[in-house]
Amino acid sequence: MDLSSISPVTLIVSLMAASTPILLAALGELVVEKSGVLNLGVEGMMIIGAVCGFIAAVTTGSPWLGFLFGAICGAAVSMIFAVLTQYLMANQVATGLGLTMFGLGLASLLGHSYTGINPPAFSQIHIPVLSDLPVVGRIVFGHDPMIYFSLALTFAIWYFLTRTRGGLVLRAVGESHDAAHALGYKVIRIRMLAIAFGGACAGLGGAYLSLVRVPQWAEGMTAGAGWIALAIVVFASWKPGRAIIGAYLFGGVTVLQLNLQAAGLAISPAYLSMTPYLATIIVLVIMASDKKRQSLNAPASLGKTFFAST
Amino acid sequence: MTPLLHLSGLTKAYPGVVANDNVGFEIAPGEVHALLGENGAGKSTLVKMIYGLVRPDSGEMRLHGQVFAPHEPREARASGVAMVFQHFSLFEALSVAENIALGMDDAPETDALSDEIRSVSKKYGLTLDPDRMVGDLSAGERQRVEIVRCLLQNPKLLVMDEPTSVLTPQEVDVLFETLRRLRDEGTSILYISHKLEEIRTICDNATILRLGKVVGTCVPAEETSRTMAEMMVGTELKSPTKRPYKPGRVLLDVKNLQLPSKDPFGTSLRDVSFSLHAGEVLGVAGVAGNGQDELLLALSGEELTEDAAITLKGIAIGSKGPNHRRLQGLLAAPEERLGHAAAPDMSLTENALLTGHARQRLTNKGFVKWQATENFARAIIQRFDVRTPGASHAAKSLSGGNLQKFVIGREIMQRPDVLVVNQPTWGVDASAAAFIREALLELAEQGAGVLVISQDLDELMEISDTFAVLAEGRLSRVRSASGVTIEEIGLLMGGTEVDHAAA
Repeated sequence: MDLSSISPVTLIVSLMAASTPILLAALGELVVEKSGVLNLGVEGMMIIGAVCGFIAAVTTGSPWLGFLFGAICGAAVSMIFAVLTQYLMANQVATGLGLTMFGLGLASLLGHSYTGINPPAFSQIHIPVLSDLPVVGRIVFGHDPMIYFSLALTFAIWYFLTRTRGGLVLRAVGESHDAAHALGYKVIRIRMLAIAFGGACAGLGGAYLSLVRVPQWAEGMTAGAGWIALAIVVFASWKPGRAIIGAYLFGGVTVLQLNLQAAGLAISPAYLSMTPYLATIIVLVIMASDKKRQSLNAPASLGKTFFAST
Repeated sequence: MTPLLHLSGLTKAYPGVVANDNVGFEIAPGEVHALLGENGAGKSTLVKMIYGLVRPDSGEMRLHGQVFAPHEPREARASGVAMVFQHFSLFEALSVAENIALGMDDAPETDALSDEIRSVSKKYGLTLDPDRMVGDLSAGERQRVEIVRCLLQNPKLLVMDEPTSVLTPQEVDVLFETLRRLRDEGTSILYISHKLEEIRTICDNATILRLGKVVGTCVPAEETSRTMAEMMVGTELKSPTKRPYKPGRVLLDVKNLQLPSKDPFGTSLRDVSFSLHAGEVLGVAGVAGNGQDELLLALSGEELTEDAAITLKGIAIGSKGPNHRRLQGLLAAPEERLGHAAAPDMSLTENALLTGHARQRLTNKGFVKWQATENFARAIIQRFDVRTPGASHAAKSLSGGNLQKFVIGREIMQRPDVLVVNQPTWGVDASAAAFIREALLELAEQGAGVLVISQDLDELMEISDTFAVLAEGRLSRVRSASGVTIEEIGLLMGGTEVDHAAA
């Protein structure tokens, strides 16, 4: 095995690309859960975003339109979940699982004739001088625009949740929908908007996967990324800044095991492929052992159906 | 003088029940007006109409002589109506300032708001730190959050829904001081309660509701609590007759009971010791959240402790579960009726089975004896006068008072040696409460030991033979209930909080 073939700089650059889809989806789900809704359909919304974004990009030739359309489609399928759970009072866990299965099926149908096609290229930015700096240039200034967007979005969500009135109302709805309702806030409307935002973020993450990360369309290509995003929300204890750590940790292990496979580590690749998922489980177990702190941060109304009694 | 608020002919019907039927009264500026009635008399519905949460089917409200028909709370607030809720309006995981900002329509920046909160709380003697998390506050402090939230909007009418149900007597005094100051500044107050002594102390006029209708008005200072209670209930009330107390043998002996709480906002039990004798009613007072729930869990067997910590009739049972304890004669009825004492969606028969199966032999080799169970449920319903169409109806379909009668009855009918009850009459109407107290006294008279955990001091004074206070997870010395004054108990209950509130 030749460990010297693994370059730290390349590793960091590629782990950022590997983490971005999960980060985007996790940020969206974080906002949804902060409003008190548990949407387990992230995987389904992601793959819909992946296929719709891919189709739009291939058809129009513009990756930007692909991202946009992926986000719109993610939000659109999330509305199925939203109407079922918010207006028809369906159980959120069951509906979310249903949404995942529905999304996976619909995506295979839509993407049937798009396998094996290359999408239009989505290139990295290049800033003269800065991007050519050794090490720093590639790590800080050499990514594609979506990576910068995902980082900006993290900051924006943190700012929204902690510094604005809208964010305060959203957290209040997730904390106690009865109290928020008694004060005259529109619980259902706020939750609908949060779910749509979560859907758009998941769709965007999916589109990044099919347009940049892979870049191809393949059936079932999200491969559990939506579930990892859900786990990262818990790992992050509903804090946007920590979602970056969680997503990059997972992305890092993914990229590292690929590199180790390439470097010829004498372990079956099957075991190496498991490591990101195992790492996620271990981290979640460690997090869950500190119940007190977690229950302080978790939205108290998470997953509970709201029914206005007055 | 035009009244501040004039209500006439207000009617609101829900499927199957007329919550308000042609209700009308008026409130003058600077008046403290009491709205008096039992649970289910329609007080809450009326208040929700004034605050814009519910719209009346017919009738008219006038504020300053103008037609007033708020479509939502925001509109009511804009017109100068503010409301202090009984429950459901604070967010535990948010800070005091955030909670207050949520209740305002044009909240200023956090820093400016914090300053305003400090100045208002100082002006009205309501100590409050804007940066603290509401989940860490006591019930009295939480109420101050609500009051300050209202005061920041300079209301003309302040609506208070059962404001004292969670306060210590000293906290009640502080609250009344604030209310008097507000009244002197010209703010009107609509004060909803079923605590008659308080209404006599603070209110200028009272309107009494029964079954959705106005059944009378009075000047509380000129009435006695008894005459007002009879107007409220519509019949004469009999108060339980206290029998002389002769302690029998020790039935339940608790020694150095420790129990760490599993709830992040809960209270751990520390070194609790007491003995309960045959024929004794031991009252445990304390403000909510001082370990009452934990004490019930430890005694019922839902939380296990060291074997020697709890001894029943000479046998150590601290490490035994609920069914074992039931068979030995220790029964319990927790505070939360729906979800803890009874399963809301299950029928009364099924609920009777849940705690009764061991002692009443309602199962045979794992199979339920439905006929026997139903007879048991029927017997409870009949003896405890539970108003329900039948034993097959779901527990949640019963009113609070009726379900409580069922829950307490279910335990008493099993002839316990020791019965532990937490808040037996919380949120229960006056006649059902009197009935339950009578039943507990009767049980003690037959030789059982009864432990009553309650926040209602009047109730404890009425039925207890002996008395102790639970504060911050510690139980005070048990003393005889005769000769204890409300003030003494209040000081014990408040602990350090008392100095804080008086400051």
